[in-house]
Amino acid sequence: MSGRVANIVGLVVAGVVGLAVLFLGPQWFELDTVLNITVYMIMAVLALSLALIWGYGGILCFGQSAFFGLGAYTYAIAMFNLGDSTLPLALSIAVPAAFAALLGYFIFYGRISDVYLGVITLTVTLILFNSINSTAGPEFHIGVARLGGFNGIPGIPPLNMPFNKDWQVDLNGMFYLSTGSLIVVYFGLRALLASRFGRIVVGIRENERRAELLGYDPRAYKLATFTIGAALAGYAGCLFANWGAFVSPTIFGLAQSAQIIIWVIVGGRGTLIGPILGCIGIQWLTAALGANAPAATGGWAGLLGNAPLILGAILTVFVLVVPKGFVPTLADLGSRFSRPREVSA
Amino acid sequence: MDLIALLAFQVLYAIASLALISIGLAVIFGMMKVINLAHGEFLMLGGYAAIEANQRGINIWIAMLVVAPIVVGLIGMIVERAIIRWLYGRIVDTMLATWGLSLFLVGLTTAIFGNTTVGLSAPLGSFEIGRYRASEYLAFVIVLALAELLAVLAALRYTRLGLIARGTMQNGAMAAALGVNPSRVYSVTFGVGAALTGLAGGVLAPVSGVFPTIGVAYVAKSFITVIGGGAAIVAGTASASTLFGAINQLATYATTPVFGEVALLAAAIVLIRVLPQGVTGRFFRRSL
Repeated sequence: MSGRVANIVGLVVAGVVGLAVLFLGPQWFELDTVLNITVYMIMAVLALSLALIWGYGGILCFGQSAFFGLGAYTYAIAMFNLGDSTLPLALSIAVPAAFAALLGYFIFYGRISDVYLGVITLTVTLILFNSINSTAGPEFHIGVARLGGFNGIPGIPPLNMPFNKDWQVDLNGMFYLSTGSLIVVYFGLRALLASRFGRIVVGIRENERRAELLGYDPRAYKLATFTIGAALAGYAGCLFANWGAFVSPTIFGLAQSAQIIIWVIVGGRGTLIGPILGCIGIQWLTAALGANAPAATGGWAGLLGNAPLILGAILTVFVLVVPKGFVPTLADLGSRFSRPREVSA
Repeated sequence: MDLIALLAFQVLYAIASLALISIGLAVIFGMMKVINLAHGEFLMLGGYAAIEANQRGINIWIAMLVVAPIVVGLIGMIVERAIIRWLYGRIVDTMLATWGLSLFLVGLTTAIFGNTTVGLSAPLGSFEIGRYRASEYLAFVIVLALAELLAVLAALRYTRLGLIARGTMQNGAMAAALGVNPSRVYSVTFGVGAALTGLAGGVLAPVSGVFPTIGVAYVAKSFITVIGGGAAIVAGTASASTLFGAINQLATYATTPVFGEVALLAAAIVLIRVLPQGVTGRFFRRSL
């Protein structure tokens, strides 16, 4: 099977599976399962945003949750002030994108190296977390929306049809919207990466100096990639704020950022399907282990239900043992087994 | 006047505590170019080591100044053997692996000690600055931080071990050809960095208390102090913590502690943009 055929088969399979989940999900599953799948889909969009920035752009952003949280908060605040979700939705994408553009300009045009980029994104995430966390008093408000500090913002109104306040998205509607978004984002990113722009971005990841000598400006391409990734993360944040009708500062937190990185590294950098599978798999795993062992359980079951412990161990082991992630490693194995046959034929 | 003296004391303490929590990371980063994101958890473990030892009847000074560094130093050497060793030269992978370790340690300590704050009552009393009273223990922390920086400097410059360590970091192959075992040097260096971190964790335990997620509060601060300081270990830590500590404390005084922290982080971002090589990349370049 040549690479091109494999690619097309992969696309078709992804499309069929995606559409099957989209149309059959609510028929197959109970409502609570549908709700769980909805949040998996939203988080998978978030995973894709880092898959683009890190897996293809080679920019390790420790603060992807900052954009996610910014999107969620922007949506919530705008929604309380405006009431109609058309503009809040647009803002929840535009504000994180603008923030990322500003931050990225600062980073990429300052030619700050990888490690420092990690430090800066980490620091920015902490600044946002600390600032929002301390806004519990009634004096902190934007328009009529109170920021709520560590209590978060409850009761966020749901999305509605553009310019039609009465047609609100219900729980099943949220499922269709999230799953549909994931499918659109996945294929959109595939198209983006197959375009001239995407190829240059990957070229820069592989060898920045060479791309520069060929006449491309890596700073501009990295900035664009970073901004697109932040916009996607902001959109995921908007969906997340809808899903639970609640946002709190923990979505800015480092634990959230670590999760996103774990999804991508487990699934595989340099693929899009890997981070989606990694995201769904890890979330399912932590939910299953947590349900098995409520917080107070002692002994081994208690340790397994301890999400940071398990996630941390997964992250360290993957970096040491499977640094490429699942999907690329499986693909390597597959090509190792198929190659001898080609030779003998 | 009294107020200014008190404020100066607080600024000094802010600087000293930053230097204290950063020097271990600076040794590890400066010598080995390894960024240990589990640094905050090493501090946390130092705190728990001191508290546990003290509860078992060990004198509080010995618990803080001896037990904590030894325990964390040993943990550091184990971590170097098990994780860091495989990732030399892959700086981003090291960051990720140690971040995983950091989460793992948070989970583990939560399972063992529970998700509550435990404290250690600070020894020593208080002294008067004019009309105000200040804690003698904080004064002790300031003196200790200064002594620690000088000790690291002296060890690097005047001891055989420091010479070997610096030589190995500069050119491992050459050091090996001259009969040094580089892997042992790395292991010891990482252990020393971890021990310094454990010491800081133990000493700060009476001030801030200890809980499993306390590392998050420390890691970014020490991280940016080290990065802001640049390549020179002692001069970099001293200059960056002076700068950031002063900014933090003055902003805290003018507004709230939260905003003080935000001001510190924001100042760090600006500093990295202006001086990408850190303070010692531009000034005091020949220092250690």
